[in-house]
Order: sequence, then C-alpha cells, then structure tokens
Amino acid sequence: MTTASTPADVARAEKARATDGAPRTGSSLGYLRHAAGKVGGALVSLLAVLVTSFFLFRIIPGDPVKAMTHGVPTSAEQLATLRRQFGLDLPLWQQFTDYCAKALSGDLGTSFQFRAPVGDLIAEKLPATLLLTGVAVVIYSALGLWLGTRSAWRHGRLGDKLNTGIALTLWSVPSFWLGLILIIVFSVGMGPIPGLFPTGGMESGTGETGFAYALDVAHHLVLPVVTLVAVGYAQTLLVMRSSLLDEMGGDYLTTARAKGLRDDVVRRRHAVPNALLPTVTMIFINLGHVAAGSILVETVFSWPGLGGLFYQALSVPDLPLVQGLFVVFAGAMILMNLIADLLYPLLDPRVGR
Amino acid sequence: MTSLAWERRKGSVARFWTSYRTRRAGLYGLAGLVLIALLALTAPWTVGSDVQSVTEAPGTALEPPSAAFPLGTDQFGRSLLGLLIWGARISLLVGLLAATLSVAIGTLVGIIAGHYGGWFSTVVMRITDWFLVMPTLVLAIVLATVMSRSMWTVVLAIGVTSWPTTARLVRAQTIAVESRPYIERATALGGGHRHVMLRHVLPNVMPLVLAQTTLGISTAILTEATLAFLGLGDPTVVSWGGMLQDAREAGAVSSGHWWYLAPPGIAIALVALAFTLCGRAVESVLNPKLGVGR
Repeated sequence: MTTASTPADVARAEKARATDGAPRTGSSLGYLRHAAGKVGGALVSLLAVLVTSFFLFRIIPGDPVKAMTHGVPTSAEQLATLRRQFGLDLPLWQQFTDYCAKALSGDLGTSFQFRAPVGDLIAEKLPATLLLTGVAVVIYSALGLWLGTRSAWRHGRLGDKLNTGIALTLWSVPSFWLGLILIIVFSVGMGPIPGLFPTGGMESGTGETGFAYALDVAHHLVLPVVTLVAVGYAQTLLVMRSSLLDEMGGDYLTTARAKGLRDDVVRRRHAVPNALLPTVTMIFINLGHVAAGSILVETVFSWPGLGGLFYQALSVPDLPLVQGLFVVFAGAMILMNLIADLLYPLLDPRVGR
Repeated sequence: MTSLAWERRKGSVARFWTSYRTRRAGLYGLAGLVLIALLALTAPWTVGSDVQSVTEAPGTALEPPSAAFPLGTDQFGRSLLGLLIWGARISLLVGLLAATLSVAIGTLVGIIAGHYGGWFSTVVMRITDWFLVMPTLVLAIVLATVMSRSMWTVVLAIGVTSWPTTARLVRAQTIAVESRPYIERATALGGGHRHVMLRHVLPNVMPLVLAQTTLGISTAILTEATLAFLGLGDPTVVSWGGMLQDAREAGAVSSGHWWYLAPPGIAIALVALAFTLCGRAVESVLNPKLGVGR
C-alpha cells in the first residue's frame, strides 16, 4: 500500500480525533457550532488546494504549446495564436485571477491535449474510478471489520497471530507488483492455470448490452479489485482490532456477561458497536484516499479511470487537466474528512448528545 | 550531573531491550533487517559495482534461472541476483533518508507548535492539517516530475509530503510533557524556550520519534519503489522499483517471465515488513496501552 501512513498511525490518529475537537456541550446548538466550524475549515482547505494546484504545476518544466504541436509543422505566428487562445501569454498573476474566477464558477479550463473541457473529461472517467474503488472499499472494509473483530476477540491465539501476520505481509506488498503477478498467473496463464481473466481494460468492446455487459465489466473488475482489497484490508483490520482490544477491559462487558448473556451477544451487541466508531470514520477517510491511491492499479490494469488520466496528463504537461484532477483528488479527501468529522459526534452518544 | 544522566539513559536502554526481547515478531523483524543490511553493505565485495554495467553484461538477454544465473538475466544480459542485491542499497538508503527527513520536519514542527501554543500553534496546525488532506502520492509524483531525476529528488519528494502525521503526534506529546511540574521548575530556575524544548521536551518525545521513523521507513521504501516503477527514479541507479519497470518494459508480463518480476517485489515486501514489525514492537514497548503488540 502506498498511501499515507501505517495502520498504527491511523489507529492513533483516529482515537485522537475521537476525543479532539468534538463538542462538549450537550445541546444540538453545540453540534451546529461544531459543524459550522468544520464546514468552514473544509472550505478554507479547498481554497488553499485551488491556489496550490495553480502554482504547483506552473513549475513543471516543458512548454505545453510546443508539446501540443509536437510533430506538426507550425509557424511562430500559430504558436502565438495558441498561446493567446489558452491565455498563456498573460502575466502569471492575471492567469491566476482568471483561473480562480473560473474555478469558483465550476469551470476548470480546457485541456491542452484533448481540446475538451477538463470538467467533461473528468466526468467521463469518474464512473470507472468510482466503480473500481467503491467495490474495493466496500469489500475490504467488510473483510477488515470481520477479521479484526475475530482477531481481537481471541487475541493472542494462533488465529489472531496468523490473521495479523498475513494482513501485515500483504500490507507491505507494493500494489502494482501484486497486480502484475496476478496478471501473469490469472490472465496470461501459468502452467496448468489457463488465462481466466482479461489482462486489462474495463470491457471487451464486443458490443454486449444489459446483463451480458454487466457480467463482462464484472469479469474485468475481478483482478483490480482483488489487488486493492489484498493490499488495503490490513488497515481496517488493525484499527478494528486495536479499537476492540481497548474496549475489552471495559466494566460494561463484565456486567453484560454477569447478566448471563452469551459470549456471542456480548460481542455483537455491546463491544463491537463501541469499537466500530474509529473504524467507521477511517473508512470514510479511506474513501477519500482511494481516488488518488488507485493511480497505480489503474495504470497496471489499463483501467479507464482518473488515475490513468492523471498520469497521461502529467507527461505532456497538460496543465489545466493536471490542475483539475489534483483539485478533484484533494477535494475528495477534504469532503470525506468533513463527513467523518460531522458523523463522529452523531455516531458516538458519549460526545455531544 | 552528566554522568548521572548517562547512567539513567543506559538503564532505560537496558529496560527497553529486556521488554523488546519478549516480542517475537519484533525479533524476527530485527533479524531480517540485520541480514538485509549486511547483504547491502557487503555488496561491493560480493557482487561488485560492475553488476550494473549494460555493456559488459555476462549473459544473454532474458535467460531463465540457471546454475550460472540463479535468478536469470534481464533484457541486457545482467545477472538478476546481482542486481537484486545491489538494488537493496538504494532502497534502504532512500528509505532511511526519506523517513529521517520526514520525521525531522514533523518533530520540529510538532515541538514548536506544541511549545509556543496560542495563535501561532493554531496557524501551524492548520497548515499541517492542510498537508494531511493532500493526496501524498499525487504530490510526491508531481514533485518528482518537476525536479531533475536523482535519488535526492525522490528523498525530498517523500520527505516533504509525509511529515504531518508525525507533527500531530509530537505536538500532542509535547503538550502532555509540558504540563508536568518539572517543566515549571525548569522555567522557574530560568530555563528559556530553547532549554525547555531541547533538554526536556526533545528527550521525552524521542521514543515516539524513533517508533515513527521505523514505521516511516517501510512506507518510504514502498513509495520509492512506486516512483521508480512510474519511471520517476534515478535512471542511472539500479533499484527494486526500477527493476520492476524494466521487467514490464521487457514484456515480462505478457510473456509470463515470472522469474523476472517476482524477486524484486518479494524483496520490497520483505524489507517493508521487517521495518513494520520492528516499528510495531518498539511502539508496543513504549506504549503498552496501544494494544498493537498484544
């Protein structure tokens, strides 16, 4: 896994989040104030992202106009016309104010490479990324929660050690490498194993419709999703495990047992709901991460999504497209962080209610 | 005074080791690290630096594993085993340097923000939070694209994008340390900001910083491999990520040359795993309440 940080960091950060900055007053007014603060903070972050994305990509070397007309004989006049057309002849500050004004009205500019509005290009590729990462996040969250609960409930036993061991090992594997190996084994075929799955892309392009098309896409989806799940589920597992371990010394569990509840019920009805909180917020943050995190898996499996588009745009450099994608990637993280922040006091009856 | 401090420090290191020794996963990780570090350090004598040479390659292109080349050869006829051992050097070096840089920035920001407090701290933490929501990999890719292709670029790209988590943790720890009475005593005796930060806060956050660095190295090694795989590493140096990129370019995937692709990935995973195991063991020794190592 190549995003952000280690599971232990996240577990700790999530616990800090739980006690940090949550409203302490027991009224809904307190919650509203908390929410307003978080929304305000998110808006400031978004503005900062807009500014960064403009200046960050201006320092990429290379003349975009030259790259655009690469291989086509062009006169100096035509180059100048192109520059004017894309506003590249204006001073930097004027380009910046134009960019901000447009971005705030939802216009992200025109791609140099595809000569199409950036917004349209992103909208076209977004569903593929959402499908891939959405399916992967749902599966690895469920898997992580389930295995994490089992691990913590029987901690120290062989099952727990195997579980955490396997998860940590897979967490250390580079996702792009796992993808390549899966392609060799299951697509190209190795020894007795025939090529079971397609090597890349999202559809065979043979013009199926309806149910047959859905099956075809699902068939293409298997290997990329397996890659993302294998590398990603460790985080959910470890956070769930350590969060449940923290709950396990709780007096309320002793009380529940003393009432004569079965072990199974104690776990399901009492311990897990309390331990779930940090994990749920983490899942939202993961959702924000994956758009950017799937760049490699999309590249390896030639998945027609945002990650592949980003890499394509970076090599030109197609400034408006790179900027737009950067804003989308960072915006997704800000949005999901905001949802997690807003959700936390609502989910946890101990704070704010 | 100094000798007393040294005695105490020696005592706490001994206590640390006694506790670390009981964690089997941590010991496996440590053993793995020592082995890999030895392999990397002795590489100039065991395989020699001419293993990288394209012009004087000993074998023919893309040979499968044999007695002469235990892991086969690449498209230039170089021994893959030799490249694998040589590649450990760059992966470990970049991982160490990048993690150190990232943790150093994080510690500095964290201690300063935690010590001074007030509006200054708020502003610094806002900036940190903003870095925290930035997609790290995207930012690192952009930085590596912008700057010239070299090992230092990769170190810098990883280091400056991954410090915010450390900064948050160190700030929290600094605030906890500074609320203790002995800090008040130090200030009352005339200790200035610098004295408090360097002599009292820093030694107290060091254990946390150590754990962060160990865990950070495995992330840094993975990111380095990722950047090299995307062709953003130093093209003149052999690295594990670069080997995977070469393998992909040589068509190892479509022709099913698994023996070319498998070893570098396994090597990356093993080193990253070893650092993670060590880091988790250190963490659970220092903070048993975390429940990580239980």
